Amino acid sequence: MRVLSLVLILLTSLFFTGIIIRTKSILSGRKGPGIMQPMKDILRSLRKSSVFSETTSLIFQLAPTVYLATILMAILFIPFGNDKGVISFNGDFVFFAYVLALGKFFMIIAALDTGSSFEGMGASREALYSMLVEPAFFILMGSFALLTGYTSFAGIFGALHFGSYISYGIGILASFVFITIALIENSRLPVDDPKTHLELTMVHEVMILDNSGFDLGLILYATNLKFAMYGAIIANFFLTPGYEWYYSIPIFTAVQLVFAVIVGTIESFSARFRMNHNPQFILMFTSISLLIFLGVLLMTGKII
Amino acid sequence: MNAIPIKNNQSVRLCDIPVLSYEEFMELNTGIAGDVYCHCVNYFGMPLGDELRLFCCMADDSSGNILVSSAFIGKDSKNKYPSFTARQLAFHVFERELHENFGIRYTDHPWLKPLRYPDNRADLLAEIKNYPFYQIESEELHEVGVGPIHAGIIEPGHFRFICNGEQILHLEIQLGYQHRGVEQLFVEKETVLQKNILAEHIAGDTVIGHTTAFAGLWESLCGFSAGEDILFARTIASELERIAIHTGDLSAICTDIAYQLGSSVFGRLRTPVINTFQQWCGNRLAKGLVRAGRNPYPLTASLGDDLNRLFDAYEPDLNEMYQRMKTLPSVLARLERTGTITRDQVEQIGAVGTTARTSGLLRDIRWTHPYLYYGHIPHQPIVKHHGDVYSRTQIRKQEIIQSIRYIRKLVAEMPAKEFPVSGLKTAAADTFVLSLTEGWRGEICHCGITNGSGDLVYYKIKDPSLHNWLALALAVRNNDISDFPICNKSFNLSYCGHDL
Repeated sequence: MRVLSLVLILLTSLFFTGIIIRTKSILSGRKGPGIMQPMKDILRSLRKSSVFSETTSLIFQLAPTVYLATILMAILFIPFGNDKGVISFNGDFVFFAYVLALGKFFMIIAALDTGSSFEGMGASREALYSMLVEPAFFILMGSFALLTGYTSFAGIFGALHFGSYISYGIGILASFVFITIALIENSRLPVDDPKTHLELTMVHEVMILDNSGFDLGLILYATNLKFAMYGAIIANFFLTPGYEWYYSIPIFTAVQLVFAVIVGTIESFSARFRMNHNPQFILMFTSISLLIFLGVLLMTGKII
Repeated sequence: MNAIPIKNNQSVRLCDIPVLSYEEFMELNTGIAGDVYCHCVNYFGMPLGDELRLFCCMADDSSGNILVSSAFIGKDSKNKYPSFTARQLAFHVFERELHENFGIRYTDHPWLKPLRYPDNRADLLAEIKNYPFYQIESEELHEVGVGPIHAGIIEPGHFRFICNGEQILHLEIQLGYQHRGVEQLFVEKETVLQKNILAEHIAGDTVIGHTTAFAGLWESLCGFSAGEDILFARTIASELERIAIHTGDLSAICTDIAYQLGSSVFGRLRTPVINTFQQWCGNRLAKGLVRAGRNPYPLTASLGDDLNRLFDAYEPDLNEMYQRMKTLPSVLARLERTGTITRDQVEQIGAVGTTARTSGLLRDIRWTHPYLYYGHIPHQPIVKHHGDVYSRTQIRKQEIIQSIRYIRKLVAEMPAKEFPVSGLKTAAADTFVLSLTEGWRGEICHCGITNGSGDLVYYKIKDPSLHNWLALALAVRNNDISDFPICNKSFNLSYCGHDL
């Protein structure tokens, strides 16, 4: 059953953005488009051919495919409760992080490849935020590795809940960090605004201004996948090993649904941050990760 | 006195306007401009054969007069003239226009940047596509060019930023893509109706502002005194337009900071306001509502009731939404201390309207040179002092509330009886006339000059955006480039009002 998590993540990715958009519509008093509308838009893009600017090179054409491939690759590592992911080895969370970084690297150099001053700005912002968010992820995963004694996703999540109930408390804190990591990595509010039409304030959107047709479809779908992937990681904090699939799958679905609704709610009731406040905000999650690290040190008796 | 004082909407015979030598003319007008209570509402040249007759209209806010003076200069490019701008910066845009249209050369004008590239400009070789932008040579700085095609649906304009990383050092704005030759068309079109419709299309978002200015001007030329019903209808329409556009702006400001709730609630509130115009005159932008010399859509008692009902529903929602917005930290963090422009700056560049009033400079035609029914309301302008995006948001909300109060008051006092319709006579011959109105954006100035047979020979329009675009360029300095859209939206200046 190693493919179970892959299948579930692929399924969730079809609905995720739709649920966010629907939440936002309802909260602002509108009916809103159907849940499947974002997927229909992506399918429409996928049926079109791409137009390439004359100033771009092969890199620009490669990047969207590499980006999607790295995210699919990263998803293969996500376990589902007791079931390991398709691939699993010691230290795989490090590999996971840098596979994602590889995709991002390609997107950044592709943006630079267009030679547009907007896209250069967007690329520089995206690079900065990804760099700042990295310590939060590693301190968090490192803490769990220390707590459980395993260094693979499957090992960590398999062993997480055999101790005390404190692990659920840590799970909630960790979910909080992961939700914001997902928001930052997917360029959503409060760091970026996916709906804006103003190139000067964009982060991620401005990098893909030159992409069109099939390539744009790939990038947009990759965003959906990324959300579902982070949702699956968060769900893993609450999937207690040993439970049967008829408990696990509803828990997984509920967590993904709550996650999407939370994203939609945040985007409805707050304004986006001023660009130069973003680094502070992102670094805050590194400090929350450090709190979790401290908690783990206390639990394992490494200090005191 | 070397200038003739006139009131708003007052005609004066051309021969009564004093003609000075250029030196006297310059001394006089730059001297007047040195007084903070005076500012230039229009300065232009009318070609007469080989010569150019310059007219300068200075509004004196303390007396409510407009001081008009004139001078002749040669149109040939042999002579160079000292510039007003070197003495008072606020004249820069008028002298750039004179230079562009007639090739007038100045000895000490700091920057004769072309204004709008009209087809009949003096130097036809200068084209908008090869305009040399201001540059700073540096390895560390980068340039970002935005436009002229806009990412959304608004008008064209080119913005060239010079940035140090994310920080804007300098912004240069190049407009002119929308130039349609409106002023020329005013002279060419023969009937009053054509001119009237033209006035509606100077700037699509200030239909009432510009048509009231035109109607006031034309009625003054024809010696027509508008009846009370016309004054009431136009005053109410002006304030209703202010409410509609200000509400739309609040929504747009929320959109730009990605505050969805504010964006959709203010957007919803704007709709019934413009729908009232639809109900009143059949057009949501109030096109057709104001006609010189008549009142095609009388304000009925039932429409008055509708307005009251509209505001009964509108006002609590606006207050609730605004209250929520101004107590939300994430909104305030974006608005406060963003895009600040100081009082010194607005005074120097001669900013008008809400832009001037948010930096503590009181410029409001409704107060200083009352027209329509404003002398009786009585109007008290709202002034803010911080000059940032938040001030420009606050003034919008407060002006909306003020306008609602005025409309309610006017509806209550509305004359019930019918007024007799008297047609327009022909326009007076050899006459100069000036009309000032306070559109929602600020002061609008229309000037008209007729010839011996009473035909319009020269028409000059000044939209508030003409001066205020420079305020935007100054306000964004040292701000993040990502804050430019919100600064731009908070000014909400007109492209076509500038380009004409």
